[in-house]
Amino acid sequence: MKKQSLPKHINSSRRRFVTGLAMGGVLAGFGFKSQSLFAAASQTGTPELRGNNFDLTIGKQAVNFTGAPRFATTVNGSLPAPVLRFKEGETVTLRVTNTLAEDSSIHWHGLILPPEMDGVPGLSFSGIKPGESYNYQFKVTQSGTYWYHSHSGFQEQTGLYGAIVIEPKEPPPYTYDRDYVVMLSDWTDEDPNDVYAKLKKMSHYYNFNERTLNDTWRDIKEKGVEATFQEREMWNVMRMSQTDISDVTGYTYSFLMNGITPAEGWKGLFKKGEKVLLRFINSAAMTFFDVRIPGLKMTVVAADGQYVQPVSVDEFRIGVAETYDVIVEPEHDMAYTVFAQAIDRSGYARGTLTPDYALTGEVPALDPVPLLTHTDMGMGMDHSMHNMGNSSQMDHSQHNMNGSGQMDHSQHNMNSSGQMDHSQHNMNSSGQMDHSQHSMANSGGMDHSMHSNSSQGIKHADTEYGPHVDMRADNPQYRLDDPGVGLRNNGRRVLTYADLKNLNPTPDPRDPTREIDLHLTGNMSRYMWSINGVKYSDADPIQLKYGERVRINFVNDTMMNHPMHLHGMWSDLETGDDRYIPRKHTVVVQPGAKISYRVTADAKGKWAYHCHLIYHMLGMFREVHVS
Amino acid sequence: MNNTVKKTLVLAMFALPFQAEAGGKDDPFLTMITIDQLEKRDANSSKPFAWEVQGWAGYDLEKFVFKTEGERADGETEKAELQLLYSKAIDPYWDIQFGIRHDFYPKPTQDWAVIALQGVAPYYFETDASLFIGEDGQTALRLESEYEMMLTQQWVLSPEIELSIHGKNDEEREIGSGLSNIEAGLRLRYEMKREFAPYIGIHWEKKFGKTADYAREEGEDTSDAQFVIGIRAWF
Repeated sequence: MKKQSLPKHINSSRRRFVTGLAMGGVLAGFGFKSQSLFAAASQTGTPELRGNNFDLTIGKQAVNFTGAPRFATTVNGSLPAPVLRFKEGETVTLRVTNTLAEDSSIHWHGLILPPEMDGVPGLSFSGIKPGESYNYQFKVTQSGTYWYHSHSGFQEQTGLYGAIVIEPKEPPPYTYDRDYVVMLSDWTDEDPNDVYAKLKKMSHYYNFNERTLNDTWRDIKEKGVEATFQEREMWNVMRMSQTDISDVTGYTYSFLMNGITPAEGWKGLFKKGEKVLLRFINSAAMTFFDVRIPGLKMTVVAADGQYVQPVSVDEFRIGVAETYDVIVEPEHDMAYTVFAQAIDRSGYARGTLTPDYALTGEVPALDPVPLLTHTDMGMGMDHSMHNMGNSSQMDHSQHNMNGSGQMDHSQHNMNSSGQMDHSQHNMNSSGQMDHSQHSMANSGGMDHSMHSNSSQGIKHADTEYGPHVDMRADNPQYRLDDPGVGLRNNGRRVLTYADLKNLNPTPDPRDPTREIDLHLTGNMSRYMWSINGVKYSDADPIQLKYGERVRINFVNDTMMNHPMHLHGMWSDLETGDDRYIPRKHTVVVQPGAKISYRVTADAKGKWAYHCHLIYHMLGMFREVHVS
Repeated sequence: MNNTVKKTLVLAMFALPFQAEAGGKDDPFLTMITIDQLEKRDANSSKPFAWEVQGWAGYDLEKFVFKTEGERADGETEKAELQLLYSKAIDPYWDIQFGIRHDFYPKPTQDWAVIALQGVAPYYFETDASLFIGEDGQTALRLESEYEMMLTQQWVLSPEIELSIHGKNDEEREIGSGLSNIEAGLRLRYEMKREFAPYIGIHWEKKFGKTADYAREEGEDTSDAQFVIGIRAWF
C-alpha cells in the first residue's frame, strides 16, 4: 500500500469507498433518503488507485440494488472494483488476496503480459486459493482503457470487475479536460448457477418479448395472411425465436453504470465548453449495450484501448468486454443523459453528464424491441427485411455479387487502388438510410474480394452436425457496415466496425501465412455452446507457431452475438483498409455473419480464447498454445 | 423383453454419471420436475382429478426421465401409470427414450417396455410419440402433441391432442384394438412466473371402436367433455 496514492481529487466521501464500502449498491438499497447525503460519493464513481504497487483484496460485500440485500464479490469492498491507473512503461505489482471461501483469480483484460500473469486458472496459473495471495507483476507496455475481472466461476457476474486506465508515455493524439470511466454491467439477485440452470431447462426463460397473438394479428392486417405466414415459416420450421436477442434480460438484470442503478444514476460533472473523455467499458456478464447521449455527438478516439482515426457518431453498440473511448463537448449548461439501453430493450443503464449535481437529464424511451432477420440467421438474402424499407433490392444485389466469382475479381482491383474505401466511407458517414444500405452491400462485396481465395462457399465441419448444433449459416456475410439488429436505419449515425481504422499504420503488415476457420456453434434450446461443434472440454488446443501471422475466420452459426476474446495477443480486425488495421482484444461476431482478423503469435505460452458471454464461455472456449 | 429393458436401464443408470463427468461444468448435472397438469375436472363427471407430471435428471444430451399420469374419481384411482426412461438426444430438438412403464391402475397391474420419441416438431408442436409393448405381447401407440399460443407474455392458450391406438383387445381393462380413444384439451393459463401458472380449460375424451363398445356395455358414455381448473408448475 505504501506507494499507492489516492486520486488527485480525493475527498472524504471517496476515501470511504477505498476503505471498503460498495456505496453504490448499499445506497441504492436505502433509496432516495440517503441520496442527497452521499450524492457526491454515490454518484460520481468508483475509487481510484494509482501508482505501481497495489493491494487488492477479493471478498464478499453486502449490496442492495433491487431492494433485496445480496452479497457481491468485490475488490477492496467496492463494486465495481477500484479503477487502477497505471503508467505506460512502468512495472506494476499487484498483490491479490483472496478472502473468499472458494478459488479466485484476476485477469487483466486486454493487457499484453507474460502468460503466468494472465490470471486464467488452469492455464496461466492454478488460481488463488482461499486465504492466499498471488503477486502479479508485469511491465505495462501499452496505454488506454482496459479492465480486469475474475476468471473463476461466475464471480464476474457477481461483481468482480474494475477499470484499468493506462496513461500513455507520449501525449494522446487528442486533448481533453477531464475523463470519466463509464463502466456498464448487469447485476442479478439470483445465484448465477441458478441462472445457468434455468437457461438449460428453459432457454427462453428470461425473454418476455416473445411474439404474441397481437403481433400476428397486426402482421396479418398489414401484410395479409400469406405474407405473415411466409415470413414466419422459417422461424417456425427452425423452431427459433425472432426475439431471441439476449439470453438473460432485464427480467432479472439491473443494468448498472459505474455500479449505480438507473433509478439513482451515475453523475459526472463538466463545465460548459470542456472536452470530456468518456471511457466506456462493457463489463457485463451477458448484456450488449447501445449507447448514446442525446444532444451530443460522440467522437470515438479509441477502441479496446487502442487509438483509432476519430469518427463522430450518435450511437455505438458495445459488446461484452469491449471498450470505447469517446470525446464529447457539451456546449450548453444543461444535463445530458448517458443512455445505455440493453440490446434487447429490456432495460437500460443511465447516467448524467451535468454542470450541476442537482440537474438530471431527460431519459429517452427505450427503442422498439428488435426482431432478428434472415440476415441474422446467415441466410444472406432476406425477404423478411421489409421492415428495413426497400432493402430487398440491396439483398438481391448482394446475392448476385456473392454468386459470381468474376465480380469478386473486379472488386479486388478496385479495392487495391485504395480509393474504394474512402468513397464508401463518405457514403456511409452521410448517415442516410439508402446510402448506408448501399455501402453495406458494397462492403460485403469488397470484403469478399479481400478473401477471394476463401469465399468459395461455406463448409461446415462434420462435428457441426448433431443434436448439439441447431443451426448452420448457409450464406454468412461480412457485415462490417451492419450496425446490427435493432440499430439498422434508426435515423442515427451508428458506429460500425467498418468505421474503425487504426490511427497508426498496421503494426504487422505481413500477410497471414495460414488461415484458421472457427465456426461459433450451439444449440439454443438445449443451451449448449461450442466452437466448430466441439465444446471446450472435448477440444484440442489451437496451435500457433511463435512469430507467425495467421488469419482467423469466424463464422457465426448461431443467432446470438458472440464477443470473442483472445488473451495475450492482439486481434487485428480487417475492417476494410489493410494499411490501417485496428487492434482489438474482443471482436463481436454478429449472428449469421462472418468476420476475419489477423493475429501475430508473438507471445509464447498457453492462452485462453473464448466467447465473453459468461454463460457461453464454458463451452465456447479454446486454448491457444503458442510455441 | 421386460427384463432386458430393466437391465439396460440399470446399466445406463450407472454408466451415465461417469460418462458425463468428462463434460465438466459447462454441462452440470441438473434435475427438473414439470407438472404439466394437475387439475380438477367438472364435478358432475366421473373423473374429478387428474395429473400429468414429467421429470428428468441428467445432462444436456443424456437424461433419466420419468413420466406419470393418472386420474382419480370418488377417492379411487382409476388410472395411474409411471414410466422410467433413459433419454438420449438424437437431433437438436428430439430425444429418443426407452425404458419401462408400469400401470398401477386399472387393475390388474401390467408392465410395458417403452420406446418413445419426444421433442419439438416444426411450428413448435411439443410432441411425444410412445410405443408400448406389454408383458403379454400387447402393443400400444400413444401420440401426444401440444402447442402454446402466446396471447400475451403471460397468457398462454394451449391446445393439445392425444391419440391412443392398441394392437389387440383387452377385455379386462376395456380396451379394444385399433384407435381406442382421443383426448383433446384447450387450456388457458396465466404464468404468474415462468415456473407457476394456474389455468382453466376444457378436456374432451372420446372412445372409439371396440373400446367404445366396452364402455357402452358398462353403461358408460363414449365421449365426455369437462371443464377443468388446475395448475402448471415446474422446478
